[in-house]
Amino acid sequence: MDNTIVFPGVVPRLLRVLTKTFAEMGYPGRLVAVEGLDGSGKSTQVYLLKRWLQLQGLKVFFTEWNSSEIVKSATSKGKKMELLTPTTFSLIHATDFADRYERQLVPLLKAGYLVLCDRYVFTAFARDVVRGCPMDWVRGLYDFACLPDLTFFFKADLEVSLNRILQGRPQLKYFEAGMDLGLSADIQESFRIFQGRLLEQYLSMSTEFHFSLIDANETIEPQQEILRTLVAKNIPLADFQFVLT
Amino acid sequence: MKRSPAKKRPLTSRIRRHIVTPRRTRHRFYGHGLPGVDASALGGKLIVVEGADGSGRSTQIAKLVEWLEAVGHATVQVGLKRSNLVSEELDQAKRGNILSRTTLSLFYATDFADQIENRILPALRAGFMVLCDRYIYTLMARDLVRGMDETWLKNLYSIALEPDAVFYLNVSPENLVQRNFAKDFALDYWESGMDLGLSRDMFDSFLKYQRMVMDQFRHLQTIYNFTIVNGDRPPEVIHRELQRKIESIVAGP
Repeated sequence: MDNTIVFPGVVPRLLRVLTKTFAEMGYPGRLVAVEGLDGSGKSTQVYLLKRWLQLQGLKVFFTEWNSSEIVKSATSKGKKMELLTPTTFSLIHATDFADRYERQLVPLLKAGYLVLCDRYVFTAFARDVVRGCPMDWVRGLYDFACLPDLTFFFKADLEVSLNRILQGRPQLKYFEAGMDLGLSADIQESFRIFQGRLLEQYLSMSTEFHFSLIDANETIEPQQEILRTLVAKNIPLADFQFVLT
Repeated sequence: MKRSPAKKRPLTSRIRRHIVTPRRTRHRFYGHGLPGVDASALGGKLIVVEGADGSGRSTQIAKLVEWLEAVGHATVQVGLKRSNLVSEELDQAKRGNILSRTTLSLFYATDFADQIENRILPALRAGFMVLCDRYIYTLMARDLVRGMDETWLKNLYSIALEPDAVFYLNVSPENLVQRNFAKDFALDYWESGMDLGLSRDMFDSFLKYQRMVMDQFRHLQTIYNFTIVNGDRPPEVIHRELQRKIESIVAGP
């Protein structure tokens, strides 16, 4: 666009804190994020991971994308009434993330917790860019956040994701199918196009953010085994025992 | 063909002669702008009035609306925290003082973005004079006082449209105190910066906080080049100054 000017005195600077993990920033806690398309099975996997860690008596906290109480009512109102544009969609999710980040994640990580996140900033990077927001604007919004210590990306074929969703409930949701983008009047077709574009975005970030790719076409158990192995290998789990004095 | 000698020109055009139609101007965003939005041909003018509570913003906006309508321009008024999307939730959050800084900042930005897309831009496209009771500068100044990163804020608000005019009503903190007391015998929690813990004493905190905000406005002025208006003068005098400036903007270069 040529009808824009750049703020005087702004040096374009991407990823300020977003280049360091919590471990690298000296937090005693560790953050594990799971990412993937809708229907990739990541929520099932992160649930099993949480149970495994809890049953070992470790300090674990689990949080989901778009779940902060105060912001949620605005988001659901916006979605229901179709008030959202790509920009407000992006900002409202950033608000939700900031609320959980500042009020829960940071204090818990300072207290030495294992924090499990069902979706992290990468979800915003993929979705908002597909909806047309400039990449460096979106990344700039989130540059107050540290990187996860481990990020699992669940890579499933589109048909596998689609079938998994449709097995669980009768219909696709408006936004997960990207219906707001007007890609197709057919909701399943729209889902395929939209999720395909999201996949492209995710894969383009994969190296930069050190995603651990998990084959999500597989059955549940072998995926969980890989997850547990990688977590045990990368995080000194014994340090996360509850110690009450 | 019969021609009536009395009617040389149709009535409408004779009346219209006295009303200046603002020139369509190319508006710009401060940065990337909004995806899918073209700001290059907007008919109306975007006029922003900034200043603390008690600086006379609402009085000046009311006078401007009256004057603009009298000379034949349609107006729309917008302000912070008035979006359909999040204004209720924002109010709720402020009352409870439960949100941390980045969150509150993003919440305000959401409210702002909703209004720019759903109210300001449509009104400008339709050729309205849009009067904004505060804009991104207040939001930025408040956050800068609270230690937020300036680059982060500039990126956040690069979605904002550059206004045709920004007037900052500069009133001394001492004067502001008196005006707030004269209005409702109380100082506002947020306008006193009580969340910053500058002083347990609200009166002291108010003075300290307003000075800090003023410093940030002066800093922002060097970047955004808005007009600082001496607000310690009678409303009528200030109004005439704003009126003169807006007249020249409407007439165009």
